[in-house]
Amino acid sequence: MSETDSTTSLLTARRLRKHHGKGAALVRALDDVDLEVAEGETLAVMGPSGCGKSTLLHVLGGLERLTDGEVWLAGKRIDRLSEKALARMRRRGVGFVFQAFHLMDELTAVENVEVPALFAGMSPRAARKRALDLLEQVGLADKGKQLSTALSGGERQRVAVARALSNEPLVVLADEPTGNLDSAATLDVLRLFDQLRAAGQTLVIVTHDSRVGATADRLITMRDGAFVDETRLTGGTSGATGKLDMLIGLGD
Amino acid sequence: MGRLLLILRIVGRDLRRRPVQALLLLIAIASATTAMTLGLSLNDVTKDPYQQTRAATDGPDLVMTYQQSSEATHTQAESLAKLNDFATRPGVAAHSGPWPATWTRMTANGLTAGAETIGRDVAPALVDQPKLTAGAWLGGAGDAVLEASFASALGLGPGDPITLGGRTFRVVGTAVTAAVPTFPDACNDGCEPNMSRQAESSTGTVWVTQADAKSLATAAYPLSYTMDVKLKDPATADPIMFAFGDELGHNGDWAISADDAADVALQDSLITRGPQQAMQIGAWMLGLLSAAGVTVLVGSRLAEQTRRVGLLKAVGGSPGTVAASFLAQYVFLSLVAAGFGLVFGWLLAPLLTSPGSGLLGHAPSPSLTGRTVSTVLAAALTIAIASSLIPSLRAVRKSTVSALVDSVRRPRRGALTIRMSRRLPVWLMLGLRLAARRPRRSLLSGVSVGVTVLTLVTAITARHTLASSFLGPEHLSNLRNPRIQRIDAVLVAVTAVLIALAVINAVIVTWATALDAQRTLAVARAFGATPGQVTVGLAAAQTAPALLGAILGVPAGMGFALALAKGGHATVFPPVWQLALAALVTVSATAVLTAVPARIEARRPAADVLQVELA
Repeated sequence: MSETDSTTSLLTARRLRKHHGKGAALVRALDDVDLEVAEGETLAVMGPSGCGKSTLLHVLGGLERLTDGEVWLAGKRIDRLSEKALARMRRRGVGFVFQAFHLMDELTAVENVEVPALFAGMSPRAARKRALDLLEQVGLADKGKQLSTALSGGERQRVAVARALSNEPLVVLADEPTGNLDSAATLDVLRLFDQLRAAGQTLVIVTHDSRVGATADRLITMRDGAFVDETRLTGGTSGATGKLDMLIGLGD
Repeated sequence: MGRLLLILRIVGRDLRRRPVQALLLLIAIASATTAMTLGLSLNDVTKDPYQQTRAATDGPDLVMTYQQSSEATHTQAESLAKLNDFATRPGVAAHSGPWPATWTRMTANGLTAGAETIGRDVAPALVDQPKLTAGAWLGGAGDAVLEASFASALGLGPGDPITLGGRTFRVVGTAVTAAVPTFPDACNDGCEPNMSRQAESSTGTVWVTQADAKSLATAAYPLSYTMDVKLKDPATADPIMFAFGDELGHNGDWAISADDAADVALQDSLITRGPQQAMQIGAWMLGLLSAAGVTVLVGSRLAEQTRRVGLLKAVGGSPGTVAASFLAQYVFLSLVAAGFGLVFGWLLAPLLTSPGSGLLGHAPSPSLTGRTVSTVLAAALTIAIASSLIPSLRAVRKSTVSALVDSVRRPRRGALTIRMSRRLPVWLMLGLRLAARRPRRSLLSGVSVGVTVLTLVTAITARHTLASSFLGPEHLSNLRNPRIQRIDAVLVAVTAVLIALAVINAVIVTWATALDAQRTLAVARAFGATPGQVTVGLAAAQTAPALLGAILGVPAGMGFALALAKGGHATVFPPVWQLALAALVTVSATAVLTAVPARIEARRPAADVLQVELA
C-alpha cells in the first residue's frame, strides 16, 4: 500500500494490534481494531479500565508504537514514521488533553499554553498572543499569569485544552479529560468540548463518563482491546447547545 | 532492639534495590578517603631507607663544611686547622676528610647538569664510605663515581664518559651516601657562595680523586671542604654543634658550618614530601567533588524517601526512628567507603614511598595510625551526613499526610530564564528551563566541573613551572628529577581520579534531572519536541552550569597555583590557550557523557510516563 490514502476520513486506523508480554503473559491491549474518524467529528470511546482505550489514543497520536496495523492522519501514514518525524507530526497534527493535566508546575498558565507553539517554531510574540487568545476562549483570560499549581482542577484542565489547541491541530485526543474533576468542573470542560465541536474541531475522547460519551457524534465501546459496540448518536455535529443543555438538565 | 532490626532491614533492602546508586556513592566517598589516607600516611616513610643507607655507609653524625667567604677573617689554612682540631675532641669517635669539593658543570649523554664534585681517597674512608650500587670505587685520576640517583637521572653507568669542567672522566661506579642529600638536592643549602637557585635545586654528587677535585676549582666556584664526623654518642650531636658554634662566634669569621644527619635525612624526605602535599590537596578536592555527587544522589531519591518517611510515621515511627532509618544507609555506606579508602590507601602507598635509587632498601607500607584512621572515618561520615542531614530533617518535619502524597519537591520557577529562553532554539530553551528548575543541583554540577578545571589548571601550571625552573643562567638540562617525577605522577593520578569523579557526578546529575523532569519531558514530546531536542536539552541543562564552572575554574586554578607556590619556585603559567583547552575539553566531555543518560531517557516511550496518574 502507498504512504498516502485517498479516503475522506481525517484519521484512519486499520487492524491495530498492540500486544504486551509473551506466552501465557500475553496481553492484547489492542486486538484488530479498525477505526475511521471524519473531519469535524467527535468520537467518544468508552469501556472499563484496562480495556485499551488509552493505548488506542496513544497509538493514534504516535506516542506508542504498534505491534501491527496502520494509522493514517490526513492521508499520510504515521505508524512507520521515525520518532523525530512523529514529533514533528504531533506539533501540527495532534493536540493532547490528559486526565492528570500534565501541566508544567513551574510555568504560568499562559506559559504552559504557548509551549507547543514555541516547539513549532512560532515567534515568541505570536505564541504569546495565540496563548492569550486561547485562554480567553476557555474563559481564563484573567488567570494567565497564575502558576498552574495555583489553579483549580477544572481550570487546569481548561488550560490543558487551550494548550492542546495551540497549533490548531487536525485532531484533539483527550484521555479521560474529566477523570480528575468534580461535577462543576466536568461541566465546564464539557462546555468547552461542545464549543470545539461546534467550531468543527475533530475530537477523539476516551472516557468512562457516560455524560462525556453522550456529547459525541459517535460512541464506541471497547472491551479487552476490541470494539464491541458502535452507536451513532442523535444531534450530529451541528448542535452546539442541544445535547449539553440536556446533560446539564440531567445533572440538575 | 525491634527498631534497630527495622532500620537494618530497611538499609539492607534499600542497598539491594539500588545497587548502582550504592556503588556510585561508595566510589565517590572511597576515592576521597583513599587520597586522604595516602596524604596522611606518608609521614616519615623515608626514615627507614635513610637509616639503612646510613648503616651501610658508616654515615656521619655531623658534616662540617668550610666554604670560602668574603666576610671570613681567617684564612683557609686556619679554618682547615680548626676543622682538624675539632676532629680530635673527646666526643668524636672518628672522622674522614676534610675533603676538597667544588661545583662544576657536568655534561654527558648530551645533557648538562650541576655536579658537586667531592675529592676522596682511593682507600676506603672510616666515616661515610659511599656504598657502591654498581661498578667499582675510584682507582685513580680520571675516575668518577656518581651518586646513584644522579646517574639514574642522566642514564649513566660504569664505563660511560662524562665531562667535568671541560675535562673528560670515566664513570667507574655508582654509589649511595647518607652524608649528602640525593639528586637533585645535593646543593639545596648552597654548596658554593655564588650558586644560582637553579643550580642549587638541580645538582648531584660526583666523587673524584682529591687531586682531580682541586684541579676543577675555578674563581667563580672555589674549593670548599667537608669533613664527616662520627660521634661517640650520636645524641650529643646538637650540644657539640652548639658549643662549637659558640666557640667560632656567630659573625662568620670562620666560614665554617655544621649539619647533623637529621638535616640530610630531611632533604632526602623531600622525595615523598612533595607528593604527600599534592595528595593532601587532592584529597580536599576529591572530598568536595564526592560531597557534591553524594548530595545529588541523596536528592534524586528524595521523593521516594519522603513517601517512606510518611509511611513509617503513619504506622507509628517516632521522628528519631524515622530520621535514623533515613540516615543509616548513608552512614553505613560512608563507613564501608572509609574502610575501602584506608585499605586502598595502605596498598597504594608503597608506589609513592619508594625512596628511589638514591637510598638503599624499601620503605615499608606506612602504618595506619589511630589519627589517620579516625580522620578518614570522620571525613567520610562528614561527607555522608552533610549531604543527607538536611533532606532527612526536612522529610521528618513534613506532615505525615503531605509526606505520603508528595511525589517530588516542587520545582523552582526561574521567571527570568523562562522569559528569556522563549527566544532560543527548542533544545536550548528546554535545557535552560530544566537547569532553572533545580538551581541547587545546577550549582553542584557547576561546582563539580569548576573544581575539576581548577585542579587541571593547577596541575598544568605546576608541571609548566617545574619544567621552566630548569631553564636558568647555567643552561642546565631538564633532567628526570625523581622528586618532580613523583609529584607529576601524583598530580596525574589525582587529576585522573578527579575527572572520573566529575564524570560520575555529571552522569548522576543528568540522571537525576532526567528522572525529575520525566513528566515535563514526556509532555514536551507529546507536543512535538523531538527525542534529539530532549537529549540535547538535557545535556545542555548540565553543560550550561558546567561551562560557568569551567570559566570560573581557570582563574581559580591560576590563583590556587600561585598560592601553592608561595615561598617556592616562582609560578610560570603556560600559554592561556592551554588552560582554555583544558576547560573546553572538560566541558565537552561533560556534554558528551551527559548525553548518554539523556538519550536513554529521551527514548523511553512518552506514553509510559503520561499514563501514570498523578493526583
